[in-house]
Amino acid sequence: MIDQALLEKTLTTATGRGGEFAEIFVEDRQSSGALLDDDRIEELTSGRSRGAGIRVLVGDSTGFAHTADLSESGLLIAAKAAADAARDGNGGVTTVDLSKQTVSSPSPIAIYPASVAKQRKVELLNLANDAARGVGDAISQVSVGYGDVRRRIQIANSDGLLTGDDQVKTRFSVSCVANGDAGMQTGRESVGHTMGFELFDQYDVTDIARKAAERALTKLLARPAPSGTVTTVIGKGGGGVLFHEACGHGLEADHVAKQSTVFAGRVGELVASPLVTLIDDGTMAHEWGAFAIDDEGRPAQRNVLIEDGVLIDFMWDELRARAEGRASSGNGRRQSYKHLPMVRMTNTYIANGETDPGDIIADTDSGIFVAQLGGGQVNTVNGDFVFGMTEAYLIEDGKITEPIREGNLIGNGPEVLTSIDALGNDFEMGSPGTCGKDGQGVAVGDGTPTLRVPALTVGGTAA
Amino acid sequence: MLDELLALGDRVVARAKPGEQIEAIVVNETDTEVRVFDGDVESFTSATSQGIGIRVINNQRQGFAWAGSLDPDVIDSTLSEARDNATFGSVDPDLDLAEPDGVPMAELDLYDESVNTFETDAKIALALELEAMTNGRDPRVMLVESVDFADSVGHAAVVSTKGIRMGDRDSGSYVTATVIAGGEDETQVGFGYSVHRDPRQLDLDYASQMAVERSTRLLGAIKPPTERLTVVLDPMVTAQFLGIIGSTLSGEALLKGRSLFADRLGDTVAAATITLVDDPTNPKAFTASEADGEGLATRRNVLIDQGRLNMFVHNSYTGRRLDAASTGNAIRGYSSTPGVGTIALSLVPGERAQADIIAGIDNGVLIQGVSGLHSGVNPISGDFSTGADGLRIRNGELAEPLREFTIGSTLQRMLLDVIEVGGDIEWLPSSAAGLSLAVGDITLSGA
Repeated sequence: MIDQALLEKTLTTATGRGGEFAEIFVEDRQSSGALLDDDRIEELTSGRSRGAGIRVLVGDSTGFAHTADLSESGLLIAAKAAADAARDGNGGVTTVDLSKQTVSSPSPIAIYPASVAKQRKVELLNLANDAARGVGDAISQVSVGYGDVRRRIQIANSDGLLTGDDQVKTRFSVSCVANGDAGMQTGRESVGHTMGFELFDQYDVTDIARKAAERALTKLLARPAPSGTVTTVIGKGGGGVLFHEACGHGLEADHVAKQSTVFAGRVGELVASPLVTLIDDGTMAHEWGAFAIDDEGRPAQRNVLIEDGVLIDFMWDELRARAEGRASSGNGRRQSYKHLPMVRMTNTYIANGETDPGDIIADTDSGIFVAQLGGGQVNTVNGDFVFGMTEAYLIEDGKITEPIREGNLIGNGPEVLTSIDALGNDFEMGSPGTCGKDGQGVAVGDGTPTLRVPALTVGGTAA
Repeated sequence: MLDELLALGDRVVARAKPGEQIEAIVVNETDTEVRVFDGDVESFTSATSQGIGIRVINNQRQGFAWAGSLDPDVIDSTLSEARDNATFGSVDPDLDLAEPDGVPMAELDLYDESVNTFETDAKIALALELEAMTNGRDPRVMLVESVDFADSVGHAAVVSTKGIRMGDRDSGSYVTATVIAGGEDETQVGFGYSVHRDPRQLDLDYASQMAVERSTRLLGAIKPPTERLTVVLDPMVTAQFLGIIGSTLSGEALLKGRSLFADRLGDTVAAATITLVDDPTNPKAFTASEADGEGLATRRNVLIDQGRLNMFVHNSYTGRRLDAASTGNAIRGYSSTPGVGTIALSLVPGERAQADIIAGIDNGVLIQGVSGLHSGVNPISGDFSTGADGLRIRNGELAEPLREFTIGSTLQRMLLDVIEVGGDIEWLPSSAAGLSLAVGDITLSGA
């Protein structure tokens, strides 16, 4: 992308006012998307975004500038702006010599989506549309989306690091509306992996479509969700997002540094049920949050955060790790070259337990079974969270019975962690997600086996 | 800058082949952001972003491509991609670009030159002053987690083969403070802000006070029992609900059978006190703009008039499909085709202040904040349930703080159950203005 000599010159300029550390992050992102809605191929879209972000550290201050102009003059102007922004430091002038490091990707690409004819992508949309509409006459609207992105990054810093990655992601989603006597309901299903067009060798788009349509039809029969505190069984895969929100964010070192998380200062303590082992793993091949290197050039790692209920470690980016005199854990990520990196999760999951999931249901007299959670939000300061349920059922006398309509689940992350009283042996990763933090979105994966929480608050509309 | 963007748009559009329609949106944005922590600059960001989006319609098919760069070679390949993409779209005789409709552009003063002359050191000083002020405001403030200053100047141009040629610019600045209050046993977080087109007019005291009050007044919060009662939504919460209600009134939702208000035009859908207006021509609105995403003039649209559903909003395409005209509601950035949606919503305010509304309620809850609203609302069925925190209202006064509960209803019922619209309109940094709203018969789920 940018040749080594220019990268060295840029970094030398960036440290020209005494910065202690400088970094250039170059990104070239190409994306394509196709959308079918209302029985029509509405549009094919192509996007291209290319630029560099340069940051300079002086003491506790960071100067940052970005530019879409990758010429020598463009890069040097940005480098100078970043150096000025960090103001005068005492690091002295640094000459930068880069040495290239190659990290092999955990997610090798078989078929680059850009090499696939657009007509083939359009055919997939039509196949899915027909399959969804074929599920039942009550399906009144179908929307099908395809998207791929290739993100090539190059990172060089004043410590001499020069590295890069080529990240390809492909996704497919179907949303259906079903019309019944009691109004409209919706169902959605999506798949996405860090892989190329070979995604469609693993998934049949008509299966994805039918799943979405059946979800919408099921909800037509659903009754309002109950209100109040209930025993909640969370199904495999679909509930991982809860632990991402309710615990993961509180284990990010930037929150810890500001003491703005309930987990600060608790390493070595029992913070969860002994059943719980929580892992963040950027190396999981082809998962949505996987990569070879993070956006600071650090190789992806498998990090055990909580083991058998005991807090082991937090997640770290370069900035926070430097302040603590330790190594980054490979969790420094950013939305694009226009953003500063932050501590971010990758693929976050609860490791497998030992109980048969059928026994967990059978052992629950009354409660709800949540097959799929939607988006959520957490107050990292005190751990309070809220999640939408997009597919849920009542549990009566140890059996899953009627579907219930959408509602929210609320609770407190640390309390939920300590109260998990059953953990299944059916671990699965969930749907691809986008995690938002401080205005930046990054791709993340999550997963869980089936598990039970004795008391969560369901906010339904049934009194 | 605007002239350059328009000229660039002209050059792209001039390359249209016979029978081909081309529309180009070209933008340039300059931003700075200062974050301070513990008396020092934590980060300083300065940046200029540019981008272009090109839409091509040919043989009744549409294609689109965008790029985050205005380099000539990039623009060339973006146009080629858009043309190629157009060969794969479905044939649709209603596809067309917006026609100039003669509605005059409101002249809004959305650009303040002072953004350009406000020095870096002054920006840093402002953020540091806000941090110090917030730290010393209340002994229960444990930590000022972050204080940000940000400003931006944006220029956008839309040019098309239909004769649309529009350019506008705006400026903005804001400060925010996030405060953690409490101690060993309990912490609560609160957020405050001030927004102005001129950074010299930012109100630090207002931002600081808001952040401190919103965090400290929740200390000691308990989980309430489940019941049905009246709630008063704080202005920030009302604004979030208005945004969702606005999304159900888009021509696109209507066209595709996804609006819960389809077939309800002319019906009573809300309490008679509800008049919902989308008015980007009001310069007080944070999202005020002279033109929409297709370059047509924005206008004042009354969506719900004294409880009666009056209209849906349209861009040129949904208007054409539904035998209506564009209402100037095309929304987009340079990386997407024009969508349709409300731009600057507000309710016509009532008479009374929040405290006076509360004084008339025996048992209720003031909802200070909601979380997970977007995941908890189904804008197609109207069902909603959202996490919330707030303060008990007992015998007309604010009482103990409450947390870890949800409020739920349906959007349809909620609009009809509005008891009173407050007079305390606030022009928030969002696409909807806020005011206090009292709503009866809401399910509060707690212990």
